[in-house]
Amino acid sequence: MKISIPTAERDSGSSAHTVGARSLLRIVRLTTSCLATSCLTMCVSLVSANSTHAMPPEATNVLVIDEPGDSGFALRVMWTVPDPTVTKQARVERSATTSERAANPDEAWIEVATVDAAAGVSGLLIDGLPKSSTDPTTTEPIAVRVGLVGTDEETAAFVESEAVVAVRNIFLIKRLGLAVALVVVCGSVIVWILLSRTGRSVKIRRIAALDAVDEAVGRATEMGRPVLFVPGIQDMTDIQTVAGITVLGRVARTAAEYDATLEVPTSRSIVMTAARETVQAAHFSAGRPETYNQGNINYITDEQFGYVAYVTGRMVRDKPAACFYMGAFYAESLLLAENGNAIGAIQIAGTAEPSQLPFFVAACDYTLIGEEFFAASAYLSGERDQLGSIKGQDLGKLFVAAAILIGCALATIAVFVPEGSVARASLSFQSFFGG
Amino acid sequence: MLQRTIPILILAASGALLIIAYFSPFTTSWGEVVVDWFNVLAAVAYVLGAGNLLAVNLEKVSARRAGWAYALLTLLSFGAMLAFGLFKIGAVPNADNPNVHFAGSYESTQSAFGWVYEYILSPLTATMFALLAFYVASAAFRAFRAKNLEAILLLGTAFIILLAQTAAGMFLTGWIPEASMFAFLRLDWMKVAITEHIQTAGMRAITIGIALGIAATSLRLILGIDKSYLSKN
Repeated sequence: MKISIPTAERDSGSSAHTVGARSLLRIVRLTTSCLATSCLTMCVSLVSANSTHAMPPEATNVLVIDEPGDSGFALRVMWTVPDPTVTKQARVERSATTSERAANPDEAWIEVATVDAAAGVSGLLIDGLPKSSTDPTTTEPIAVRVGLVGTDEETAAFVESEAVVAVRNIFLIKRLGLAVALVVVCGSVIVWILLSRTGRSVKIRRIAALDAVDEAVGRATEMGRPVLFVPGIQDMTDIQTVAGITVLGRVARTAAEYDATLEVPTSRSIVMTAARETVQAAHFSAGRPETYNQGNINYITDEQFGYVAYVTGRMVRDKPAACFYMGAFYAESLLLAENGNAIGAIQIAGTAEPSQLPFFVAACDYTLIGEEFFAASAYLSGERDQLGSIKGQDLGKLFVAAAILIGCALATIAVFVPEGSVARASLSFQSFFGG
Repeated sequence: MLQRTIPILILAASGALLIIAYFSPFTTSWGEVVVDWFNVLAAVAYVLGAGNLLAVNLEKVSARRAGWAYALLTLLSFGAMLAFGLFKIGAVPNADNPNVHFAGSYESTQSAFGWVYEYILSPLTATMFALLAFYVASAAFRAFRAKNLEAILLLGTAFIILLAQTAAGMFLTGWIPEASMFAFLRLDWMKVAITEHIQTAGMRAITIGIALGIAATSLRLILGIDKSYLSKN
């Protein structure tokens, strides 16, 4: 606003008109300043109200369900955040059980967690809930309440759900992928066993290590030296020991046929018993039960390096012409294999311990690597059923390879298109197989 | 006949049951229960093992066969350790029951059992383990001979890994900036690339094969197809 003062009056400087005009000018300036300040204050207030200083609305759609396919004692709570722009977190509390209330009468609600709620719809898994005193497979009815916390830390009123009982389910859904894989692998093995029974040709590639068994035992026989068989240092609970004992059956049969001496030092009492049974059965199969000598199958010690000391000492003294290492081995693998190498024995090893395989490969003449070791018994038996199971195992491997390729393809596409349906499929695929 | 049939039936039933049990929360703990049963069985089987140990060594001593003195030493050690453990010789009673000798721990080094274990058996075990270093050297010497292409690749890989593990690795190639386009020439970079990518891929392939092998072997045993572990008399 502009006020013009007549030139004559300005010049005079003392007239009443001049005084009045100056007063008017001061009032107008003051009013303008006040108006501007008020507008500015209102604007700042409006802006701040929208961004930081508003109470968040209450959570909506608060829903509690029993977690499906779990081992019980878990509830899943879900809620909707009406206005994520003013909501910072969600406080989740559950009702106290009877025993908890008895222990602490003032505590009707127990805080579970405070989670970030800026994403809109949210959820939380409440695990480890206390068992019901009447039924140990369920919980008492438990209610959950959710209170949204605003960006200014003010909490809206809690919204309470209905009380729900968490029950133990029959099937663990997180193991579904494993169950499917098991069915596929076992199914393919069974199918191939049945196919082989119908006369279908089952061709298995030659495994040099197993073909060398006869050669090794034959050499020991010719040299008049014993054959040493080490079935690992684990008990019969380890499948590698079981696989080793089944290979022992074949080696013992060959030794019985050739009339070679077979020595089996064991580091577990039960393995000694199983080995005796197996070797005895092999001698019966070979038609030479009278040559079975259970004194050659002994328990030494459970102590890892005590066992190694005995076996290596025996190797150096008796100089066996053939050494077999079939089972679970750890640090002793190289100690045994190097001693066997030093005495010039033919050495055949088999283990499913990946960390020990390089040592056996370096020090032995032949090594059964992983799956070959498990296929050894079936391969050596030559029975159609058992050979069919190896074929089925290969089919299972094909399924695994296909699953790996699909997973790799999905994961690679998900990297380039992180928001698409392929990305969701990739996550589901990983989750299905426990990733 | 029954000697073979009953074990197969027990194996088939327990094997199938434990596989199914793994997938239900009502039965997942059955596997742990079976392990407890096995531990009880193994504890009883110790008697078999100890009996065998005594029989073999007593026979050797009585027949004065070669090395009978070692057998005698084994028997004496066995008897001594058994006595130390069973009678808790030298064990210090615990604070709750200061007057009860058997309340003390047999494993503490103040007891004869603990002392022998700590100061005789452990050093002997460590000595055996230490021998591994020499065996690794001799095995590596043989394995790393550049006889063919595979052996040359093995030698080259081993050379890179061994060099990168030592201070020489950083000394030789540490000057190459990590952000430069030649960072792949750093030995530590090569070591990581070999161990985390090439080696892991190979390892996983072997592990998958092992898992499938275990499944097939277990199935053969459960279905009674593989009976080679059973006596035939």
